[in-house]
Amino acid sequence: LANVIADFIMPCEAGWLFSVIYCLYLLLDVSISLPDCFSSWWSEVQMGPPDPILGVSEAYKRDTNPKKINLGVGAYRDDQGKPYVLSCVRKAEAQIAAKKLDKEYLAIGGLGDFTKACAKLALGDDNEVIKSGRNITVQTISGTGSLRIGANFLSRFHTEARDVYLPKPSWGNHTPIFRDAGMQLKAYTYYDPKTCGFDFQGALNDISKIPEKSVIMLHACAHNPTGVDPRPEQWKEIADLVKKRNLLVFFDMAYQGFASGDIDRDAWAVRYFIEQGHNIVLSQSFAKNMGLYGERVGGFTVVCKDAEEAKRVESQLKILIRPIYSNPPMNGARIAATILNTPDLYKEWLGEVHGMANRIITMRELLVANLKKEGSTRNWKHVIDQIGMFCFTGLKPEQVERLTKEFSVYMTKDGRISMAGVTSGNVGYLAQGIHAVTK
Amino acid sequence: MSIFAEVPQAPPVAVFKLTADFREDTNAQKVNLGVGAYRTDDCLPWVLPVVKKVEQMIVEDNSLNHEYLPILGLPELRSAASKVALGDDSPAIKDGRVGAVQALGGTGALRIGAEFLRRWYNGTNNTATPVYVSAPTWENHNAVFSDAGFKDIRPYHYWDGEKKGLDVTGIMDDLENAPEHSIFVLHACAHNPTGTDPTPDEWKTISEVMKRRKLFVFFDSAYQGFASGSLDKDAWAIRYFVSEGFELLCAQSFSKNFGLYNERVGNLTVVAQDKDNLARVLSQMEKIVRTTWSNPPSQGARIVAITLNNPDLFIEWKGNVKTMADRVLLMRDQLKAKLIALGTPGTWDHITQQIGMFSFTGLNPKQVQYMIKEKHVYLMASGRINMCGLTSKNIDYVAESIHETVSKEVTSHWTGSDITVGLPVERKRCVARRSWGEIFTFISFSDSLKMEKSCCFLSW
Repeated sequence: LANVIADFIMPCEAGWLFSVIYCLYLLLDVSISLPDCFSSWWSEVQMGPPDPILGVSEAYKRDTNPKKINLGVGAYRDDQGKPYVLSCVRKAEAQIAAKKLDKEYLAIGGLGDFTKACAKLALGDDNEVIKSGRNITVQTISGTGSLRIGANFLSRFHTEARDVYLPKPSWGNHTPIFRDAGMQLKAYTYYDPKTCGFDFQGALNDISKIPEKSVIMLHACAHNPTGVDPRPEQWKEIADLVKKRNLLVFFDMAYQGFASGDIDRDAWAVRYFIEQGHNIVLSQSFAKNMGLYGERVGGFTVVCKDAEEAKRVESQLKILIRPIYSNPPMNGARIAATILNTPDLYKEWLGEVHGMANRIITMRELLVANLKKEGSTRNWKHVIDQIGMFCFTGLKPEQVERLTKEFSVYMTKDGRISMAGVTSGNVGYLAQGIHAVTK
Repeated sequence: MSIFAEVPQAPPVAVFKLTADFREDTNAQKVNLGVGAYRTDDCLPWVLPVVKKVEQMIVEDNSLNHEYLPILGLPELRSAASKVALGDDSPAIKDGRVGAVQALGGTGALRIGAEFLRRWYNGTNNTATPVYVSAPTWENHNAVFSDAGFKDIRPYHYWDGEKKGLDVTGIMDDLENAPEHSIFVLHACAHNPTGTDPTPDEWKTISEVMKRRKLFVFFDSAYQGFASGSLDKDAWAIRYFVSEGFELLCAQSFSKNFGLYNERVGNLTVVAQDKDNLARVLSQMEKIVRTTWSNPPSQGARIVAITLNNPDLFIEWKGNVKTMADRVLLMRDQLKAKLIALGTPGTWDHITQQIGMFSFTGLNPKQVQYMIKEKHVYLMASGRINMCGLTSKNIDYVAESIHETVSKEVTSHWTGSDITVGLPVERKRCVARRSWGEIFTFISFSDSLKMEKSCCFLSW
């Protein structure tokens, strides 16, 4: 080509130079446009947004302000702001280490000692459901894993209805979990921003319109993110209405013991519904109440018509679990089982859970007292009325942004704070900041 | 009326049912050659000495707590695990284009990879992309990809039942004819269940075709170190493909080579073209993890991370791995020798040619039934045995049992053809998928090699 150009098209000295450069250009152009050897499969993959809840902790870590406070993720902290490993957990770990157990695979449904104790904890030792063997309880990857297995199970077998009704608002991760499992999300009124409390009438109104056989998600206690729980008489009416509407109840119980400090009191709603004849599905987490966050300990329970049905359901749960992670991790389940099944450790655990819940309640009282001291004239009663790890402050997104930017107080945009991150050492500063952005 | 009234009883997962039946068997000479877990010569589980040491370190370290790991897992584990797979001096790692997701065992790693590919590979949410798994393969591969949403899961030829080795022509044909962008699940080493791996030259040819035909490489690496005793040797294929410029996924399991079965330690290594693509891929995997298990378990990850990142412990671990691999190799040698000495009909070279935990004996389902029912030697219907179940104490009995089974004219109840794994039946290839007990489920492949399922009831 160079020759042709030089001899016939541009027969002059510059012609050679031009032709050589032109041919080089053609060569390079051809090699650059060999797209498949050099381009990536992933060019069209979008950057995913940071997780709204866990992203808060990451932003907190980057902040250099010595007064910074992390009120984002719901992990308990002691009054020094440090993670707290329960004493009963350390004792259980020592006991387990001494036994020198092997590392053989657990069954798909998990550790039997754990799943039995897990069901008893939720339903009560003497529950008729357990006695008649009409529940199936499988070990799961903490609360998230439990919800996901449940969602997958409903998606596959509860074919009459695809809709899951979540309270408004609900834990942020509920929506993507059910969506990824193939369910559709709807909502029922729950939180009343005017009172920072429970919109009971609003909830009943919405629930009365939910189509039959739909799935309704209920937070068993310590509602996340609002901390607002129905009172027992309100639960009774809800149970009644849900039965009339013939809805499938999915309880999420991530804070048993952590809310009131009392295991049985926190499980009251779950047990009441079962008593009233609801065959519920239930997710349990031991992340918070045993401080076993990273060990991923949880349970998923289906209350069936009878033992025969429970066997069929169990077989299908295994078919769902196997292609996700084959079988669950041993360590955390072994610790939880040891605690639940050893009377001394169990007693000690109840005391420690009570202690954690009490510290939270104390912090609530201190925060309100400090806000008053700062001169805040707003009504902060809801901070004390709400229960569990979280408090829905009522702060608006702009106020939250200011609180983070100006005071290095980290929390989620919806105004939720984790009371576990509040200490007697930082509650004064926190009150200052909240007052500053709300006055 | 219960909402679950219509929920059918699912068949039990075969490999676990086998172990359950073994446990109930009261025969004194029973041998379990089923589920894939290492056993010592006393037929006991083995907690690696290095694992015991590290666990003790963890118990004594009061500064450790049980806080959440990051969504993608323990950073020290992710980087060390990818290094183990790709090599310390991997150029891809140096270029910053290798990332990882800690997952629950090899299964978890496969699932996260599958979920990601279904959402983001070959378009967005393209459930029609064909996924090829070897015939036969680990039985859970199918469910992992189909539960992740893929609608078209196909076999690629792999095991040649007649020559009891790799069906190289078959593999190459399937690679040449697969639609572009198809996903291929490749066993990095110690193929499960056949124990038959491509040679380096065969891997090179596979790589050349896959590159030319734009096929996606998804390695399943569950036995690194366990196969030959050498970490580097067992990772040769992965490293070769990386050096050839592939963007790939590699699901790693530390269940076998660390003996950490029940702690669920795995790692999905991602090799992308550059940092930018890698970052976006990992961000999307994070979203998938968040709705599956939020964040992975910490205990097993700590054990592996501490071991891999400490030079002395790393050496000790490699020694432990070699111990396991060597025992398996010894059992292979001895089993083959005994079968030859007994004059057992057939050739038995494949026992020592195959590698890793498993051996595809070539026994057909009827012979397998005989082994189980009459000889109380438990193995999978495919003829797969776990070499780790063999010990110096039971190897004679097992060899004799095989000898007896093969020598007898164990006839099939099927009129006509002999249903043998890997052999053509009429014009179809059959692989026993789920078996044991009353139900055989055969996956039969039509001429277009699309998978069809047929269910047969067999009564003995």
